[in-house]
Amino acid sequence: MTKNIMIVGVGGQGTLLASRIIGNAVISEGHDVKISEVHGMSQRGGSVVTYVKFGDAVYSPVIDRGEADIILAFEMLEAYRALPFLKKGGKMIVNTQRIDPMPVITGAMEYPENILEKLSAKADITSVDALSIAKAAGNTKAVNVALIGVMAKNTEIAYDVWEKVLRETVPEKFLEANLKAFKAGYEL
Amino acid sequence: MKKLLIGNDAVARGAWEAGVRVVASYPGTPSTEITECMAKYPEPHVEWSTNEKVAAEVAIGASIAGARSMSCMKHVGMNVMADPMFTVSYIGANGGLVFCVADDPGMHSSQNEQDSRHYAKASKIMMLEPADSPECKEYTKAAFELSEKYDTPVIIRLSTRVSHSQGLVELCDRVEQPLKDYEKNPAKNVMMPGNAIKRHVVVEERMAALAAYAEECPFNTTEVNTDKIGVITSGVAHMYAKEALGDKVSYLKLGMVYPLPEKLIKDFVAKHEKVVVIEELDPVIESHCRALGLEVVGKDAFTLLGEYTPTMIKKVVLGEEGAEFAEIGETIPVRPPVMCAGCPHRGTFYVLKKLGLTVSGDIGCYTLGAVAPLASVDTTVCMGASVSGAHGMAKARGAEFNKKLVAVIGDSTFMHSGITGLIDIVYNKGNNTVIILDNSITGMTGHQDNPTTGFTIRKEPTKQVDLELLAKAVGVERVVVADPFDLKDFERVVKEETEADEPSVIIAQRPCALLKTVKYTGHCKISDKCKKCKLCMKLGCPAISVRGDEVVIDETQCNGCGLCVNVCPFGAIEKED
Repeated sequence: MTKNIMIVGVGGQGTLLASRIIGNAVISEGHDVKISEVHGMSQRGGSVVTYVKFGDAVYSPVIDRGEADIILAFEMLEAYRALPFLKKGGKMIVNTQRIDPMPVITGAMEYPENILEKLSAKADITSVDALSIAKAAGNTKAVNVALIGVMAKNTEIAYDVWEKVLRETVPEKFLEANLKAFKAGYEL
Repeated sequence: MKKLLIGNDAVARGAWEAGVRVVASYPGTPSTEITECMAKYPEPHVEWSTNEKVAAEVAIGASIAGARSMSCMKHVGMNVMADPMFTVSYIGANGGLVFCVADDPGMHSSQNEQDSRHYAKASKIMMLEPADSPECKEYTKAAFELSEKYDTPVIIRLSTRVSHSQGLVELCDRVEQPLKDYEKNPAKNVMMPGNAIKRHVVVEERMAALAAYAEECPFNTTEVNTDKIGVITSGVAHMYAKEALGDKVSYLKLGMVYPLPEKLIKDFVAKHEKVVVIEELDPVIESHCRALGLEVVGKDAFTLLGEYTPTMIKKVVLGEEGAEFAEIGETIPVRPPVMCAGCPHRGTFYVLKKLGLTVSGDIGCYTLGAVAPLASVDTTVCMGASVSGAHGMAKARGAEFNKKLVAVIGDSTFMHSGITGLIDIVYNKGNNTVIILDNSITGMTGHQDNPTTGFTIRKEPTKQVDLELLAKAVGVERVVVADPFDLKDFERVVKEETEADEPSVIIAQRPCALLKTVKYTGHCKISDKCKKCKLCMKLGCPAISVRGDEVVIDETQCNGCGLCVNVCPFGAIEKED
C-alpha cells in the first residue's frame, strides 16, 4: 500500500528541502519512493506543491484529489487550497503562518477568514505555530523542520532515523537550530 | 548502491557513466539540473553556452572530433537549436551524440506547451523517452551506444514530471571511452548539396534500420494481463496508467518513441478488444496507429492540454471515479509567482509603469513585470524578442510611439539572442531604447553563470563580457548605467533616453537579491507617520500588505532592500537593523 504525503506552501519557505528530508527518511526504512518537486517559475513566491509517495512499488509521482494520507501545510491559505487532496480519514498539519498572495496585496481579493475553523469542520487537522518554534530554536528558516517534527510523530519511522537524516541533509552551521526545531515539533 | 535522484540528475549520471566528455547547454526549466549536475563530475568539459544553438554546435563539434557529447535544453530551446540538429542528422555521430530535451506539459515554467516528439520525426533522429529516474539513467547510457552503433544523434525526451521527480537509481562506475579517431571526411561532415544529397540516402537507410530495431528495442515492453483492454503509453503517462489501471489492462510501453514500431503495435492491438493510447500533449503515437489502419481510442477521449493524472485515466479507460474528496466550497485567491522581496526588477517596472511606457518584454524573472500591480510588460514571445520586437513596433508605428516604448531584457537573455536584435536596430536606423536588466546572474532558472558574470559553470573566473563596451561596439552611442533602486535618477534616465533620436541602451544594474553576495540587512518597518496613501502597495512587494486599516510589513518576507523607503513620500517607512 502506498503512503502519500503532500507538502504545500509558498515558494521560498523550504518545502523542497522538507520533501527531500522526508524522502531520505523513508528510503532508510527500505521503501520504494517517488518525490515530485516543482522548480523554476512557480517557486517565485507562488503556490508550491511537492509529493512524497512510498510503499512496495510506487508508479505515479503525483497525488490526486482525495489521496493524501498526510498534508503538511506551511501556510494557511495553501492548506485550504490543498483540502480536496486529503484522503478521507487523512491528517493535515497546518502552520498558522499567513502570507498574503498578490491578489490580496493588490486588493483584488480578500484573504479567507477563519481558515482553521473551516478546515477543522471538514478534516482532522493539527495547527502549529511553527514560526515561533523555529524562532525559539534560533533560526526562523527552520519552520520546515519544525513541521516535519510534528509530522514525524504520525509516521512509523523512528526518531533516530529522522535525526540521522537531518544530520546528513542540513548544513553544519544550521544543524543545531534545526535539530532543536525538529525536537520541539516532535514533542508538541 | 541506490540513491534518490531527480530524473535530470539521473540523466547526468547516465551520461557520466557512459563516459561523456563534453556537455554544453543553455539553462531552461525543466532541463537545467542535468547540466548543473554534470558539472559536479570532474571528468567532462561542461559549459553553459550562450544559447541552445551554440550549445548543440559545441556538442556536434565534439562528437565529430570523436568524443561522446551531449547538449540539454527545454522544449523551446530545441527550437533555437533546430538548425544544426536537422543537418547533423545527415552527418551522424562519430563519438556518441545525445540531445536531451525536456517538455513542460502544463506549462509550469514555459511560454508554450509544444510536443518535441515532432522534432524527432521532422529531423529523422531517433528518440527515447524514459518514464522515471532509473529509466533516465538507463536510457541515457544506451543512447550513447545507439548513437555510435547507428551513426545517428539520439534525442532523449523528458517532461517536467520525469525531470523533477525523484526515484531510486542504482549507481554504477564510469566507463572511460577513448576518443574515436578523427579523420577528415568532407563527404560526411561538409553538408553542401553534392554531399548532402548522398547523405540523405544514408539517413533514409538508417531510418529503415532503426524502424527494424524498434521492433526489438528492449525499451518497448509488453505486459499482457487481459484480452479486453490494452493501453499504449510512453513516458510518465505510463506511470499514471499503471497506478490507475493496475493489472486490469494490458500495456505496451514505448520507451523508443521515434521511429515507432509497426509489427509490435499491430500484434498488441490484435490481441485486445479495445486499445487506448495514453500520451500527454499531441497524438503522436495515436496518429502512427491510425496510419497503420488501427482502430484506437486517443484524443477523442483525452485532452490535448496540460498534464494527465491517474484519476483522469481511470475515468476514461475504466469509467470509474477517483477518490472521494472534500470541497473547499468558496472561491479562494490564487497565488501566482511574484518577483521576490528585494528584486531589482521591481524598481525598473515601477518606473516604467509610472511613465506609462509600452514595454516589449522577454523571458526571465522579469516576465513577472506583466502581472498586477506592476502590470508593465506588454509583450513576451521568446528569448530575445523584446529587442527585435520593439524595433518592429517602432517601425510600424513611428517616432512618437517609439518615444513611449522600451525593450527590457535580462543580462543572460541579452547574451542568448538580444545582441543580434540590437545590431539589427543600429544597422536598420532604429531609435529604440533597450533596457538590459543586469542582475549579475541567470535568475529564473536558479542562478546560472553566463558570459556577463565572469565565472564558468564550475565557478572558475573567466573573461567577463562588458555590456557597456559591447553596446558601444555595435554602434550604440548612448549607453547609460543606472541603479533601478534609485527611483528618481532611474526615471530621469529613462525619460532622457526615450526622448533621444538615436538608439540607446540603459544598463539597469543591481544584483539579484537571492545571490549570496547580496547582503541586505535588517528589515523595513512602517512608522506612525504613515498616511495610508498605499503608494508602497504599488510596488507589489510580497512583504507589504494591508491588515484591516493598517499597512504592515511582514518581517519574515522582508529582506531590508529598502526600495519601499525610497517610494514613501512621507518618510513613514524606516529601516531597522
